[in-house]
Amino acid sequence: MDNAIKKRWISLYVENQVGVLSKISGLFSGKSYNLDSLTVGTTEDPTVSRMTIATVSDDETFEQIKKQLNRMVEVIKVIDFTDIFVRMKEILYVKVKKCTRDDKAELFQIADTFKARVIDYGKDSLLLEFVQTATKNDAVVKLLKEEFKNIEVVRGGSVGIESISMMER
Amino acid sequence: MRQISGNKLLVKALKEEGVDTLFGYPGACTIDISDELYRQSDIRVILPRHEQALVHEADAYARTTGRTGVCLVTSGPGATNLVTGLATANYDSVPLVCFTGQVARHLIGNDAFQEVDIVGITRSITKYGVTVRNRADLGRIIKEAFYIARTGRPGPVLIDLPKDVMAEMGSADYPKDVNIRGYKPNTNVHIGQLKRAIKMLHKAKRPLFLAGGGVNIAGANEAFTEVVDKTGVPVITTVMGRGAIPTNHPLFVGNLGMHGAYAANMAVSECDLLFSIGTRFNDRITGKLHAFAPHAKIVHIDIDTASISRNISVDVPIVADAKEAVTKMKEYVEACNTKKWQKEIDAWQKEHPLDMRTHAKLGPKDIIDEMNRQFEEAIVVTDVGQHQMFAAQYTEITQKKKMIMSGGLGTMGYGFPGAVGAKLGNPDTPVIAISGDGGMQMNIQEFATAVLEELPVILCVFNNTYLGMVRQWQKLFYGKRYGMTDLRAGALSRRSGGDEKPVYTPDFVKLAESYGAKGIRVTQKEEIEAAFAEAKKNTKVPTLIEFIIDPEEMVYPMIQPGGTLEEMILDC
Repeated sequence: MDNAIKKRWISLYVENQVGVLSKISGLFSGKSYNLDSLTVGTTEDPTVSRMTIATVSDDETFEQIKKQLNRMVEVIKVIDFTDIFVRMKEILYVKVKKCTRDDKAELFQIADTFKARVIDYGKDSLLLEFVQTATKNDAVVKLLKEEFKNIEVVRGGSVGIESISMMER
Repeated sequence: MRQISGNKLLVKALKEEGVDTLFGYPGACTIDISDELYRQSDIRVILPRHEQALVHEADAYARTTGRTGVCLVTSGPGATNLVTGLATANYDSVPLVCFTGQVARHLIGNDAFQEVDIVGITRSITKYGVTVRNRADLGRIIKEAFYIARTGRPGPVLIDLPKDVMAEMGSADYPKDVNIRGYKPNTNVHIGQLKRAIKMLHKAKRPLFLAGGGVNIAGANEAFTEVVDKTGVPVITTVMGRGAIPTNHPLFVGNLGMHGAYAANMAVSECDLLFSIGTRFNDRITGKLHAFAPHAKIVHIDIDTASISRNISVDVPIVADAKEAVTKMKEYVEACNTKKWQKEIDAWQKEHPLDMRTHAKLGPKDIIDEMNRQFEEAIVVTDVGQHQMFAAQYTEITQKKKMIMSGGLGTMGYGFPGAVGAKLGNPDTPVIAISGDGGMQMNIQEFATAVLEELPVILCVFNNTYLGMVRQWQKLFYGKRYGMTDLRAGALSRRSGGDEKPVYTPDFVKLAESYGAKGIRVTQKEEIEAAFAEAKKNTKVPTLIEFIIDPEEMVYPMIQPGGTLEEMILDC
């Protein structure tokens, strides 16, 4: 078992009830587990929510996290995304402000390259929407921070689902 | 269809669950429930004098009867006073269902009078907690609560009851079945894994059983004793596991851990197979982790997957109820050749037997030895501290004698209410509390409950005028600077630079008498027997026996915090 500290993913089916999110996040804070990102939304069954959780941990801690989640009454199912093929994307909005004409041209190029969309346009600002992996979003944020002084970033956290046939992450 | 209020449904549900005793303290938000309980006689309602004592009483009632303890307290402070007791029960896997009052739904979130988010506050110290938001869900939630509390690894469940939900009319039906999709406790033992473990047991040269509290909770004691008899494998226990086999059994070595027996700690350190059942390898038993059982393969049977391979990495994990697993083991185990290994253990026993030097006319061991002699049947409930460790070391446990305590959380103030709860559940069994003078004062108000309920519990208070366990650490590791542990310290000692101290307060004997209980003070070894004999005669009231103990009494052996099991401090 390699015991490297790395990012790992869990998909969680939980009861769609008051307090469940707090219980899950409380487990991470109470037991000092890293919680890198957590997204939640209802599923096709309105009584069930599904979470995608990213945590940075070693193997032992990760095993504990899965066991601790499994023993919670409100948790219906824990799926470890570490070794299975999944589709996973994160939404990222970047608003770039105080743009010059050249800035805007560059932003359109960046959007084109990263398959992002320019979804809003102002006199001196642009709003870009990226839907890609969190890693790529990291790269985009880094790039835009370097290139532009005045940006505003909001990210959704990754959501993931098991692949049907594709092997791409 | 007939409709009834939520309050009525709650009482109906309790009856259907077979609840015969409820521990309750009233308040504005639960007054309607008090009223419903007043109008029936199937459920006995006990009124403790503080909610913390209340939950400990329900806890001890549950531990000593095998039933689920039931608490009812009001909102706000009534609910928050449960917190320590919930954590205590959660740590020691005790089935409790606790009902808390809550303000009406339209007031929740308004900082209403006596409003707290008790489900939020207790989320990490309960097995499950929920606020009933719709009258229609009430029956199902109560049914689920009892099921969750007593199955799998047992634990406390909290149900928060908004006042208006309870007043609302609704179905009178109480469900018969439970189906919780996220909660399917597995008790069945994986036979393949078990056989693998048993094969290792048979092959081992120095096999050792380690029994934890799980063996006692599952009621696996008899089956386990049979397995031990058949295999001839020596047994060590955790403090909570003491009694897994009778303590006078020739193969019982002792407790391990911080205050474990020398031979038990040496046996762990030298064994080549540690076959453990129902323990979570708490830091108090392992000492320094990397040096724990360094030569051993480890088998671990536990009902809680999360307890396996958490602190200690395990070679053969088996998720199962201890009783199921041990009963299955009976079919497969054979006699192991442990003669040589037993001789090694015997040598350690002879080298440093579990014993203590007494520094005064009256030592802790004298008291416990006399208790062992005087009672053939008993439930011993301890508080937390030095006296608890003395009790854990020397109390004899047989099929007719058991011991309970707050092992995991180490809750001072558990002992006295624990004895009250145990006696309520076991009226025909002698119940003895062993407490220190510190812990005794943390729930001393329960004298009122015990006297009014006519409970002849025997309360042994080991009075050394100090918070002894902390003092022991200060003596050994803090240069005898007894900060905050002297129970006679105060203005006078401050004024006189520590030269003068007042007489000890309270006078426990007078205090007991003021409640209508009996009080006896014992200062000499020779008086112990008579004191117990006298206490036995009081069949309607509690008897407090105050034993005056020398503050210099220490619990040995002791592993230095963070030390290894082999480095024991034996005596100073």
